[in-house]
Amino acid sequence: MKSTLRWAVLAAVFSAVQVQVAFALDTPASGGEDIQVLRQEIEQMRSEYENRIADLERRLDQAERSAEQSSKQSAEQAQAQPAQAAPIPDEAPYVAEEPQVVYDVPASGGGSAARDNSFNPAIGVTLQGQAWSYGNDPDAYRIPGFPLGGEAGLAPEGLSLAETEISMSANVDDKFTAMVTFPIVFEDGGTSVELEEAWVETLALPAGLALRMGRYFADIGYLNTKHSHAWDFADQPLVYQAFLGGQYIDDGLQLRWLAPTDFYLEFGGEILRGDRYPAGGAGNSGIGSSTLNVKTGGDVGISNSWQVGLSWLQAKSDERASGYEYQPVLFTGDTDIYIADLVWKWAQNGNSRERNFKFQAEYMWRNEDGHYTLLPDFEAPYDENAQGWYAQAIFQPFPRWRVGVRYDSLSGGTSDPDFVGTPLYYLGADPKRYSVMVDWSNSEFSRLRFQYEHDMSGDMDDDQFALQYIFSIGAHGAHNF
Amino acid sequence: MKVKNLTVCLGLMLFASPAAHASLNIFACEPEWAALAQEIGGNEVKVTSATQAMQDPHYIEARPSLIAGVRKADLVVCTGAQLEIGWLPALLNKANNPAVMPGKNGFFEASAYVQRLDVPKSVDRAQGDVHPQGNPHIQVNPHNIALVAKALAPRMALLDPEQAARYTSSLQDFLQRWDAAMKDWDTRAQPLRGKRAVAYHKSWAYLNAWLGLVELATLEPVPGVPPTATHLSDILAQLEASGGADFIIYAPYQSPKPGQWLADRTKIPLVMLPMTVGASERSGNLFDLFNDILNQLLGVK
Repeated sequence: MKSTLRWAVLAAVFSAVQVQVAFALDTPASGGEDIQVLRQEIEQMRSEYENRIADLERRLDQAERSAEQSSKQSAEQAQAQPAQAAPIPDEAPYVAEEPQVVYDVPASGGGSAARDNSFNPAIGVTLQGQAWSYGNDPDAYRIPGFPLGGEAGLAPEGLSLAETEISMSANVDDKFTAMVTFPIVFEDGGTSVELEEAWVETLALPAGLALRMGRYFADIGYLNTKHSHAWDFADQPLVYQAFLGGQYIDDGLQLRWLAPTDFYLEFGGEILRGDRYPAGGAGNSGIGSSTLNVKTGGDVGISNSWQVGLSWLQAKSDERASGYEYQPVLFTGDTDIYIADLVWKWAQNGNSRERNFKFQAEYMWRNEDGHYTLLPDFEAPYDENAQGWYAQAIFQPFPRWRVGVRYDSLSGGTSDPDFVGTPLYYLGADPKRYSVMVDWSNSEFSRLRFQYEHDMSGDMDDDQFALQYIFSIGAHGAHNF
Repeated sequence: MKVKNLTVCLGLMLFASPAAHASLNIFACEPEWAALAQEIGGNEVKVTSATQAMQDPHYIEARPSLIAGVRKADLVVCTGAQLEIGWLPALLNKANNPAVMPGKNGFFEASAYVQRLDVPKSVDRAQGDVHPQGNPHIQVNPHNIALVAKALAPRMALLDPEQAARYTSSLQDFLQRWDAAMKDWDTRAQPLRGKRAVAYHKSWAYLNAWLGLVELATLEPVPGVPPTATHLSDILAQLEASGGADFIIYAPYQSPKPGQWLADRTKIPLVMLPMTVGASERSGNLFDLFNDILNQLLGVK
């Protein structure tokens, strides 16, 4: 019936256009300009009629569906005993409400536009801003023994925007889903758009498998896959700054397998390009790093749940730069990082809305084996181990308010005299830091935070204060554990 | 001897556990759907509920145990209408189980089968945590339970054709008992018609529609934002001006304090109403749930 209608309308439109064109041609048309005008007019009419047809089709569709719906309902009412296997209401789960929600668009125009954007991806924007106060000069900040790479380092002093992050996600089709996040950042006096994540993931692989491809947060540790708006402190733990350059993001392939067990057990492996700290230079012909990880977890009673993970990152580096920007040290060689993470969450009766507690700790061990280019013509062999950890506890005593404490510790560096005067040289004290924070959330989309840190990780001890806001508008994906 | 005992023990365990011969593994998001699936499936199904009566289904952690549950499920039964939007997508993403993804037979959304109330013409987060597809707390009207049951049983039969007859007959049995119970509830609930209520959250739209209750205000200033002192003072003033209300209602997972504050000042009775099965021994199954709701409401004058 629908296609008949469509043909009838098309035929009508066609003849109308013909008449119109014939009429237009009757008038003395001179020069290319007039032909142009005529073409435009025809084009305009065509699109207008197409819109109208689309509109008619839509209304027809609606009528058919509501008829179907009411017949279904009356059938239901008439039949006290339902049919053996009634058909599944084929994916229109919101059919009952559709007349109100979808068809409330103006009858003329706009109809096809409304249809086009109904497939738009879910779009969310996270706005973050901060104000930091330091006792020492933040530009001179360094962690002795750990030349900082990637995004590691202190936030700018005073008022500044942190990332303004735009994310989009949608299913591609029945077998793939995709997500893009691009933070807009303000660095070195300029504004730039970065591509933080751009990945596609399978939805329909069998046997508990999933494959992700593109650019993403490598699946290592607990915090590495968390967006900054989901952190419980305004900055990353020291061990993430020192070992992973803040967070390890790279381009690659990720395969995960969830075991069909009664408890949670997941294995994952990745190969990545190896172009970002702690890898560098896309070594090994562009497959410079790889990871393996395993996670498990469960509940203890109704009020407690936990997750532990072990992961291993192996990264090749080819002249990876870190340390001072004006005089970086270049590392060539292999980096192995082992990470153990633990998260424990408590809420009375599992009702986290009112009151909850979260404990989280991660330990990392690292070996770097290769050589550092310290000056343009000076290479020094380097084979050293380093380790670091943090532990933090967050407590929400009542809705909206949370308080948190965190302790950070690192140890590593080298005592080799070749490295005297470089950021790799061990100065005799292990870096550590104490942090406390309190935050307030009006809803799950807004958060204001105050943070204080007593930092003993730099050359001199420092007291640091931060104010931070995190707001999220638009679509906001569900958070993982 | 020991070995033999062990074998016997193992054998007994295998046969004793319903999971051993359950043919359908059902993961329910809320206890009411777990209870309903159990009514229809009986011993043929293994049902687990992601949440409990003491938990707010809007705010659930996407816990590892739940991911494991979805991974093994043949059928996921949830309310939908974005009630679980804060956690169910994370579970589905992590569980790598294509059979239960939205749009597949293994994914069942109860709210698709009832007439939803409070569907907003437009949504804005300034209105709080509003749900574009309408109020999701559909389970507190027994008519909705019947509608969902009529849709759920055929779905179970579709996924497990061998037991189709069993599901159909269980459904008929359930509906007979349910219709009888509804007649009883309707009679008992007559005195409640027109009573005025103040609720913690917009949890009771379907109960109000069923019983003819009038909701004067909610303790939350907007849905999802906890009650504030100023908002409570406003309600107090409103109630004093309008001549009060008959009860202040809150759910087991909501804090009693704001309601208590108001009750102390207005002398309006504060009532904790179960929103789903399992909140107490008085509401252990779907029938008791509605008995308990009516008892609580009728117990106060």
